[in-house]
Amino acid sequence: MKREEIIAKIISFMSEEFEVDPSTIQPDANLMQTLDLDSLDLVDLVVIIEKNFGFKVEAKDFVNIKTFNDFYDYVCTKLEKPAE
Amino acid sequence: MRRVVVTGIGIHSCIGYSVDEVRDSLFNGRSGIVFEQARKDMGFRSGLTGKVDMPDLKGKISRRERIGMAEEGFYAYAATEQAFNQAKIDLDFLEKNEVGILYGNDSSAKAVVESSEIMREKKDTMLLGSGAIFQGMNSTVTMNLATIFKLRGINFTISGACASGSHAIGIGYFMIQHGFQEIVLCGGAQEVNPESMASFDGLSAFSTREDEPHKASRPFDIHRDGLVPSGGAASLILESYESAMKRGAPILAEVIGYGFSSNGSHISVPNVDGPLRSLKMAVEQSGLKITDIDYVNAHATATPAGDMNEAKAIDMAFGDYKPYISSTKSMTGHECWMAGASEAVYSIIMMQNGFVAPNINLIEPGEEAKMLNITAETIQTKVDTVLSNSFGFGGTNSTIILKKFVK
Repeated sequence: MKREEIIAKIISFMSEEFEVDPSTIQPDANLMQTLDLDSLDLVDLVVIIEKNFGFKVEAKDFVNIKTFNDFYDYVCTKLEKPAE
Repeated sequence: MRRVVVTGIGIHSCIGYSVDEVRDSLFNGRSGIVFEQARKDMGFRSGLTGKVDMPDLKGKISRRERIGMAEEGFYAYAATEQAFNQAKIDLDFLEKNEVGILYGNDSSAKAVVESSEIMREKKDTMLLGSGAIFQGMNSTVTMNLATIFKLRGINFTISGACASGSHAIGIGYFMIQHGFQEIVLCGGAQEVNPESMASFDGLSAFSTREDEPHKASRPFDIHRDGLVPSGGAASLILESYESAMKRGAPILAEVIGYGFSSNGSHISVPNVDGPLRSLKMAVEQSGLKITDIDYVNAHATATPAGDMNEAKAIDMAFGDYKPYISSTKSMTGHECWMAGASEAVYSIIMMQNGFVAPNINLIEPGEEAKMLNITAETIQTKVDTVLSNSFGFGGTNSTIILKKFVK
């Protein structure tokens, strides 16, 4: 899957799951603030990533993810990496 | 002790999604029972069920508020919104005043089954999502409604099997009567999904009159062959008379008696003594003479032993006096955890509109029914005082008496 396709998919399922306008999801926007996520929502974020991409995000992976761009990089890296 | 009145009612059931729709269904004897092939495909003995649609709450309440709600919570929200609106209570009032919630519910099976399936497939608890815990607990309705409506008074769920909704009204009545609360949201909710009804179906308790769904629920009729599962939610706003008058709220009825008892015998086979004691306690508490009761909304689910023993209890309590009796379950099916609350709502609707709803499908009365004045037709008459019975597994019994409000 190309990076553009991955980004389009993320914007689609995130805007639907967290009920935000897709146009608010910009590469440099803060992911937590834009999606208005609390600690419970992070659990649901893990669930939808697993549903859409088939891998589970670990809590420690979130430490370095601030913006959507960070998140896109993270997902692309995970998808390129062979399963451990 | 203080007087307790009802200032709002709301209903989401298989015979209507508003008080007006339900009034018309009750008056016209309209059944809400359907046949669902999906149940047969799952291995059900009976494909019959009350048909209840999920209200669409997207855009009405937030994702965070919805995500912890199971099916019965959606029904309860819809019924509660109607009840608060009628009682002229808005979110601003709820944030500034102490309002409690006592709601009957005794399962959240689908949420638990779905979580179990995910666990078995994924072997990872985090993949259950954040809503699973709040959906799967028995107190799912009270925890969600208390959060959404900003309730700050008493807050817990009452699980008393098929008498849950009735006990919730009774306990709410006591809390207000004794001065502990001014306003309590009471009610009952019942999930309708197959997962919640499978084990009950497994007892061969359900009617299999699948070719005639509207005729399947036949309380007191000799040709009954079991109950029909159903559900939804019903809400009542119970309030002290003083508070209602001070707010200028509409007063729909007064709660004047709550009787309760336990059979102390078989887990599923009812007896006569338990219901009789509950019934007598409610009447005694109300201060009424037995002849003051205009109408009895029977628990009667259309099982031979249940109908028979309730009929005997009613006959022993009322003696020669024969008030009108009907089981609205002939139209709704058995609304289980919700039934005590919904039948209080149905009774208030009859009281307000001057009619007794029919016990439809009563063509050939069973022996026990011949002792009573059960009406198979709609009767237009004054209904000033109602006695409503609810009984459940484990021998739990509850009786509520409602009276038309007189200042």
